[in-house]
Amino acid sequence: MFTLARNELYRLFLSPLAWVILALCQLLIAYLFLTHIDYFMQIQGKMSAIPGAPGVTEMIAVPLMNNTAMILLLIAPLITMRLVAEERRNNSLPLLLSAPLSVVQIVLGKYLGTLSFFIVLLSLISLMPLSLSLGASLDYGVIMSGLLGLVLLVASFTAIGLFLSSLTAQPTIAAISTFAFLFLFWIIDWAGNTQIMAETTSLFNWLSLLRHYEPLLQGEVNSSDVAYYLIIIVAFLALTIRRLDAERLN
Amino acid sequence: MSLSPLLSATALSHHYGTQTQIAVNNINIEIYKGEVVGLLGPNGAGKSTSMKMLSGNLAPTQGQIMINGYDLLSQPKQAKAHIGYLPEQPPLYKELTVKEFLYFCAKINLIPSKNINFAVNTVLERCGLGDMTKRLIGNLSKGYQQRVGIAQAIIHTPAVVILDEPTSGLDPIQIREIRHLIRDIATEHSVILSTHILPEVQMLCDRVQIINDGKFIFSDTIAGLNKQRQAFNLLCTLLAPPSVTSLQKISGVTAVETLSPSQFCLHYQPDLNPTAELLNLAVTQNWQLTELMPEQHSLEDVFMNIIQQEQESATVEQII
Repeated sequence: MFTLARNELYRLFLSPLAWVILALCQLLIAYLFLTHIDYFMQIQGKMSAIPGAPGVTEMIAVPLMNNTAMILLLIAPLITMRLVAEERRNNSLPLLLSAPLSVVQIVLGKYLGTLSFFIVLLSLISLMPLSLSLGASLDYGVIMSGLLGLVLLVASFTAIGLFLSSLTAQPTIAAISTFAFLFLFWIIDWAGNTQIMAETTSLFNWLSLLRHYEPLLQGEVNSSDVAYYLIIIVAFLALTIRRLDAERLN
Repeated sequence: MSLSPLLSATALSHHYGTQTQIAVNNINIEIYKGEVVGLLGPNGAGKSTSMKMLSGNLAPTQGQIMINGYDLLSQPKQAKAHIGYLPEQPPLYKELTVKEFLYFCAKINLIPSKNINFAVNTVLERCGLGDMTKRLIGNLSKGYQQRVGIAQAIIHTPAVVILDEPTSGLDPIQIREIRHLIRDIATEHSVILSTHILPEVQMLCDRVQIINDGKFIFSDTIAGLNKQRQAFNLLCTLLAPPSVTSLQKISGVTAVETLSPSQFCLHYQPDLNPTAELLNLAVTQNWQLTELMPEQHSLEDVFMNIIQQEQESATVEQII
């Protein structure tokens, strides 16, 4: 299983895609980081007069992590699309299926490999807010809970992407459907903004990926939010396993 | 030698989709140690489906597969450790180098880490890939990619190696090299290979199973297949030929066909071979014999015969 995960990660870094994504992500987020700092510098004087005003963490780190989540939503489908779809296209799936590995091991191996790529990406990004500690005092609790939120978020993106990739032999279709799916679950709580459908909207609110991320960004770690992400991850991994098993049966 | 087969499949069937689309219907395969079995059949006969089932890539609708004493369906991990499988298109990661790829294969086939180096080097040497270790698989020619595919299938020294059309799409020299390699593999492993190239079967296999429309219609050793090829015809060229009637008088000859003024084809009864008498007469009566050849059906003829017989009997059954 870990062999598979390592192989997955290694092959990812052999392709230019991984490097381009890492570089461009870094560039985008660095730019956002600088604009946040700039803004903070402008209003710093006024803010210091107000007691209990938001500090560096709330003004820079939190919005930055919010932006990161949005960017991850855009790039996660690009990374996950190739997981199963490309193997199917290259006819390399039999290699794994005829090896003494269970489908569970194959799916988990691929999942962990891809997830570790995102962890690398996140750790690079998290260096930016952490670098502020050179000149300011940070609220590490809030940053850590925000990072936990990001990890959970990207872990569920990967699980969803892996499942959609296992449905098709076309990486592009996998990417587009993953993006559509993620985006829908991102904005599904917008229906909740109207007061008319209070009953149904609570369900939509609960389903929204974003709604469970926001408390974590504020430094609030609710077990219900963490559980929501874990349920998403386990459910989609199970669906992927079922899907690959069904293929063997028919 | 133990009598239990290394791989045995009983009453194997597979339906694609609905019940009406039967790809493989009730086939039995047994492979003993050190044997090369050829699975022969026209395109779409069910060769690849059978291979996929034997390698655990496809679950059979019915039937049982035992590999080295393990049931492929209930103990897939143990059973799969004993098979190496090369599908029609070799499953390769084109962005890896040959060596990286084979290391990965060694690891997923659960070779203990202290033996991996040895296993990879052995297999590189056996498959003639020694000079290619650092090349990217995607840049190799089709023949070398095929070799990497075979290397991948035998790296964990499985009991049974399953090769699906191992020589398709290669040039004649590469075909010869791959055949050589397969013969070499057969000294240590049992091999099942599928093909639609008939001479290949004759060259490589100990036993043949001919499959058509998802059913086995012929299953015998190569010697048995060769027996089928015997046509009971003699082709002879006589520069001073006698009359046709005198040829017909030779005991055993049932008919004489005149191909040209000096060329004749003698049909004879299976149990009475007239060669000796013909030779005798030719010498004593000075017929000036310059050519004498027992005619053989080509493998193609035999193959076509078997398949046609099968189709005829099927239509008869339908009429009845």
